[in-house]
Amino acid sequence: MTQIDILDQTGGALAESVPSEPVVPVVRQRRSFSVGLSYLWLGLVVALAALVPLLPVSDFDIAAGDPRLSPGFGPFDLLLGTDNFGRSILSRILYGGRVSLVIGLVAGVLAFVIGTFLGLLAGYFGRWVDAVITYVTDALLAFPPLILLLSISAVTKPSLFTLCVGLTILVIPSFVRLSRANTIAWRSREFVRAARNMGATSPRIMRREILPNVLPTVASYLPLVIASLIVAEGSLSFLGLGIPAPTPSWGGMISEGKDSLSDSPHLTLIPALVVFLTVFALNQIGDSLRARFDRTAAD
Amino acid sequence: MTLFGTLRKVARSLLVVLLVTFMVVALLSLAPGSVATIILGPAATPESEAALVRELGLDRPVWTQYFDWLGNALQGDLGTSLLTDLPVTEMIWDRLPVTLELALLAQVIALGISVPLAIAAAARPGSLVDRFTSAIASASLSIPAFVAAPILVYFLALQLDLFPVSGWNDISEGLGPNLESALLPAIAIALPEIAAFQRLLRTDLVSTLREDYIAAARAKGMSPRFVMLRHALRPSSFSLITLLAISTGRLLGGTVIVETLFSLPGLGSLVVNSITSRDVIVVQGVVAFIAVIYVALNTAVDVGYGLLDPRVRKEARA
Repeated sequence: MTQIDILDQTGGALAESVPSEPVVPVVRQRRSFSVGLSYLWLGLVVALAALVPLLPVSDFDIAAGDPRLSPGFGPFDLLLGTDNFGRSILSRILYGGRVSLVIGLVAGVLAFVIGTFLGLLAGYFGRWVDAVITYVTDALLAFPPLILLLSISAVTKPSLFTLCVGLTILVIPSFVRLSRANTIAWRSREFVRAARNMGATSPRIMRREILPNVLPTVASYLPLVIASLIVAEGSLSFLGLGIPAPTPSWGGMISEGKDSLSDSPHLTLIPALVVFLTVFALNQIGDSLRARFDRTAAD
Repeated sequence: MTLFGTLRKVARSLLVVLLVTFMVVALLSLAPGSVATIILGPAATPESEAALVRELGLDRPVWTQYFDWLGNALQGDLGTSLLTDLPVTEMIWDRLPVTLELALLAQVIALGISVPLAIAAAARPGSLVDRFTSAIASASLSIPAFVAAPILVYFLALQLDLFPVSGWNDISEGLGPNLESALLPAIAIALPEIAAFQRLLRTDLVSTLREDYIAAARAKGMSPRFVMLRHALRPSSFSLITLLAISTGRLLGGTVIVETLFSLPGLGSLVVNSITSRDVIVVQGVVAFIAVIYVALNTAVDVGYGLLDPRVRKEARA
C-alpha cells in the first residue's frame, strides 16, 4: 500500500489531483539561430576546402590575374580578388584552410585521445601515477602557449609534421585535466564498485564503466580546442614560423597583406574575416555542445 | 590558509619551475646536431658542427648540462647571445619594461571597459543590454590578436589617423608620445581580455545579487546603485582578481604578435627575432624567464587568494 492510497479517503477525489506522471517540465531544446549558422559556415568551409582541386580556381602559386584586384563579381576564380602577385585570393584562402583545418583536426583529435587516456590513468589510479601526470601537465601549462610553440620551432624546421606534434603537446594538458576531473567524479560511483566486486579488472572498469561516461564531456570541448589550435597555427604562420611558403596559410596571408593595408585592405581583411568566422563558429558550436554534455559547466 | 598549506603550494611550484626549466634545457640537447646545423646555416660542415656542439657543451649528458645551466641561472647568468655577445639577462632587462607596460596598459583598458559593462549587464539579467553585451563578448573572444591588430590599424590608424601605425616612443621621450605609441597595441591585446573579464564578473555579480543580504539591503531602501557598488561588487570580484593576475602572467609571453606587428622592442619580439636569427641561447633564456615568472605569479595568486577572501580561509581551516 503506497502513501497515496492511505491518504486517499475521499473516495477517489484526491486521486485525480495526484498526477501519475512526474511533474518535472520537459526541457525544451532551444535551437539557437547562431549555432545553426555556425554549422552552416563550418560545413561550407570544410566542403570547399576538401573539394578545392575540383573547383574552377587556379592553383595557389600562379598568377590568375593582375596584382591586387579588388573583390568583385566576375570569374569565380577572382571573386575575392588577387594578392600582391596576382594570385587568386579565393584559391589561397581555400588551400590555406586545408592546412589550418587539417592541423586543427589532427592535433585536436590526437591530443584528445592521448590526453583522455592519461587523465583516465591519473584519475583512476591516483597516488604516484596521478602525481607524475599532474606535475608534467602543470609544467606544460606553465609555458605561455605561444612561447612553447616558438621554442619548439627554434630547434626544428617547421613542417606539417612538427607543427602537428607541437600543437598536440600544447593542448594535451587541457584534455588531461578534464578527463582526470571527470574520472575522479565517476570513480567512486556505485556501479563502479559493483563492477569491481564482481571481479572486473582495472583496465576493464576503465574501458567499460568509466570511459563511456567521461567521453561525451571531454569530447564536447573538442571544437573549442580546435578553435584555439587554428588560432595558434594562424599566429605561428603570421610570425612566419608556420608552414613554409609557397603553401598558403590564413595567418601568412594576413601578414603578407598588412604591408599594403593602406591601399589594398582586402588582402588583410578577407583572411581576417575568414579566420574570425571560423573561430567564432567553432566557439559557438563548442559552447552549445558543452552546455549539453558538460554537467559541471556553470553558464 | 594554514602555513603548512602555503608551504606545500610553494614547494609544488618550485618543483614545476625545475621541470619547466629542465624541459627548456633538454629541448636543445634533444637534437644537438640539428641545433648546430640551425645555428651555422647552410655553411655547416660536419667538422664545424661537431666543434660547435662541443663549444655549446651539447655533447655532455643532459643532467650535467641542466645543473650547469641552473647553477649559472641562479647567479643571474643565462648565457651570452651567440650573435651579439651580450649577456642574455641584460637583453631581458632592456626589453622587459616595454612588454610590462603593454600588458599593464592592456589590463587597465580591459578593466575600465569590462567592469561597467558587467555591472550594466548584471543589473538586469536577460535585458537587451545584457544580451547585447554578451553577444559582443562572445564575438570578441573569437578575435585572435593577429586578426584584431591589422583591423585596428586599418580603421584607427589609417582611416581615422588617431594613432601611429607602428614604432615605439620610449617613456624618456615624455608620457604623451609614449602613450600614443602604446595605446593601439594595448587595445589590440585588451580586446579578448575585455570579453573574458566581462563574462566572469557578470556571472559572479548575478549570483551575488541573489543572496539574502542583498534582498535585506534592498528592503532597507538602499538605492540600487549603492547596493550594486557597495554590497555586491566586492564579494563578486574575487574570481576576476584571480583571472587578472593569471592573465597578466600570460600576457608577458602573449604580446608576441602585437609586438611584432607594431615593431615594438619587447620580450616577445626578442624571442621571434632570436628564432629567425637562430640565436638559441637567447631563446632558451627568455623562455625560461617568462615561464618562471608565470609560475611565480600563479603561485602568488593561489596563496594570496586566502588573504583576500575570508571564506576561503575558513574553508581551508575546517
